[in-house]
Amino acid sequence: MQRLLTSFFCLALIPTLGLCANPTLPYRSVTQARLEAPEPDNWLMYRRTYDSQGYSPLATINTRNVRQLVPLWSFSTGVEEAHQAPPLVNDGMMFITTPRNQILALDARTGDLQWRYQRQLPDDLFQLHPTNRGVALYEDRVYLATVDAFLVALDARTGEVLWEKPVENYLDGYYMTLAPLVVNGRVMVGTSGGELGVRGFIQAFDAKTGDALWKTYTVPAPGEPGSETWPGDTGKHGGVPVWVTGSYDPATQLSYWGTGNAGPWMGDARTGDNLYATSVIAVDVNTGAIRSHHQYHWNDSWDWDEVAAPLLIDIQRNGRTLKSLIHEGRNGYLWMLERTSKGIGFVEAQAYVKQNVFTRLDPLTGRPEYDPQHKPRIGQRTEFCPSIWGGKDWPPSAYSPQTGYLYIPANENLCSALAGEPAKYRAGEPYIGLPVANIEVFPTPEGKDHIGELQAWDLAAGKKVWTKTFKSHNWGPVLATAGGLVFSGGTNDRYFRAFDAHTGDVLWQQRTNSGVVGVPTSYAIDGQQYIAVQSGWGVDAQRKQEFLDKAYGTKTQVPQGGVLWVFGLPPATPAP
Amino acid sequence: MVKPPDSDRRAALVGLASALTLCALRPPAARAAGPGQPAPDDALALPSWDERPRVVTPEDLVLNAPPLVVYPSDLTGKTVRERSRLNQILILRLSVDQLDAATRRCAADGIVAYAGTCTHAGCSVSEWDATARQFLCPCHASRFDPARAGAWIAGPAARPLPALPLKIQHGRLLVAGVFRGKIGAKSA
Repeated sequence: MQRLLTSFFCLALIPTLGLCANPTLPYRSVTQARLEAPEPDNWLMYRRTYDSQGYSPLATINTRNVRQLVPLWSFSTGVEEAHQAPPLVNDGMMFITTPRNQILALDARTGDLQWRYQRQLPDDLFQLHPTNRGVALYEDRVYLATVDAFLVALDARTGEVLWEKPVENYLDGYYMTLAPLVVNGRVMVGTSGGELGVRGFIQAFDAKTGDALWKTYTVPAPGEPGSETWPGDTGKHGGVPVWVTGSYDPATQLSYWGTGNAGPWMGDARTGDNLYATSVIAVDVNTGAIRSHHQYHWNDSWDWDEVAAPLLIDIQRNGRTLKSLIHEGRNGYLWMLERTSKGIGFVEAQAYVKQNVFTRLDPLTGRPEYDPQHKPRIGQRTEFCPSIWGGKDWPPSAYSPQTGYLYIPANENLCSALAGEPAKYRAGEPYIGLPVANIEVFPTPEGKDHIGELQAWDLAAGKKVWTKTFKSHNWGPVLATAGGLVFSGGTNDRYFRAFDAHTGDVLWQQRTNSGVVGVPTSYAIDGQQYIAVQSGWGVDAQRKQEFLDKAYGTKTQVPQGGVLWVFGLPPATPAP
Repeated sequence: MVKPPDSDRRAALVGLASALTLCALRPPAARAAGPGQPAPDDALALPSWDERPRVVTPEDLVLNAPPLVVYPSDLTGKTVRERSRLNQILILRLSVDQLDAATRRCAADGIVAYAGTCTHAGCSVSEWDATARQFLCPCHASRFDPARAGAWIAGPAARPLPALPLKIQHGRLLVAGVFRGKIGAKSA
């Protein structure tokens, strides 16, 4: 009875304190060495490893037995909207986050709740993207970046809040949805708010004390290098948010972050390249200095944020190891860049979905030239492909060193039209220069066949090797495993699937409670491998569905409400 | 035509449910204006960042024109409570015969007012579909009907925009009650 009362008191009355704990599990400190070389059984950060490959070396679940996969346990989050966070696992202790900045700490074997943290958000919060993409782990602490722009550190064992630091003012449109990146005791976060007139940045905090260490803006201040690419004071509210976790190369101590588009959306409101918008930037984790950058496309006018962090992959080409940066652009091109001692170099790029904007890429720099007929502007309706959500939005791709293939959750046969208007800035309000009625998303005739795709690319050969298509659009983050498998959901039919990594054949699928827009992960305890993913549709996937329903005269129902699913082989099944 | 046996009862229940949301009914005793929120006898004013900040009069509201965004104010317009987004109010004039009965009881000479904060995720409902005469939230495209007590029409909000009763007294446009519902997101 005492325990029941305690549980009630914790869950219902003081949820913000994070003291709703019944912690029973031991906890192993997450050291820098472990982050750089995680044990195969664990998933300690957003993409498991600093190179953002999203690959698990576990192979107990494999192509031969995956058809036997069953749900072992599940957990309702009690929250609607988009559940995008990966389940992180450290020696049997699991952490997930949900919209509204809830953290659930669970026994990864049984699903027993260890503790729950629920942030009390202000009533006047403007939630354009009510979501969160996960926590970061370091030593014995858990870090959460919040939608009211705070960084919170909690005790990983108990959920007790150790400190909270204001990062920016949410009333000015700043909010955070990404999982922090921790390197050498520095917790790095980036800001969202590109549609609300923010000036984007990445900021580092001391992991122990929460003291701010450095802050690097993605829009240079007047006089700084790159400021000449912004006319007048357009950079002041120039956007360029950072809302997906960066990659990190321990050899050079450089982190690589993707950046969002500039604001307002129409490029003719801010003539110039608008550095460092729609780029990858190499940021020194010790000082915050931008050491190098590559801008995928200049003067964005398509809402093509390039925030997905590049995958760091060693590729054998022409008898040498190419230390690549791989990025599947929202602009519809698959970019191969190179990390060199001189900085980021361009190698090659090609369209992976139909794109009608670029007419040519400079062979040396990769700088695109544009067809002006497809570059939106103020005072005119302009069509372009792919749509504003691009060939791929934030959902991460995965790379398997076993196959050498990159797996891209793509969207094909979908275009947009925008009709720009002059934008007027007001703090904390939309600053894009487009009323809703001037934003169109529509399928091409080929869209009747399919919109969603899962593509596999042989990076060494530079060729696509297979494509699996879906009638639905695809918002599914991807997991690759050493079992020769690729896991992903993302379609509006609520399925979570396992694909053969070599062929793309669907080997197993489970229909879930909602649409799966969560990042799947894999872990093992005492030799048993698990696959974990959150199912909970919302935000951009929901919005895009509304556009498609309008185009087709349909009314697709994807129920909301988050559930964590954990799959494994039935206990009686011997591992082959 | 033979009615199903419970159809009258169902109709009565639906009627009762509608009546409970009627703008003109006395609000529940527990509901009072929050700190700074519009309260009876407040004026409504265009905010300081408007081109012409001032107290709004009935004559400022043109039939079927897009809504104005206003804030609660004293009668002189010197103290406009514009600091909180939760205080923003959408106000417009419709033809009285366009309004349903509930809305009519809240309106003053066809002028209606609603909370300007979306009941889905707290965004500002800053757009107006002039053709359909609907409020439109730019964040996630929820739509609301100003002629039917702020009723939800489309999008993820699924809850009406709370109405604010109005009155005209000695030629002044004034607030006649408090918001008929919780302002902003369903749970932040």
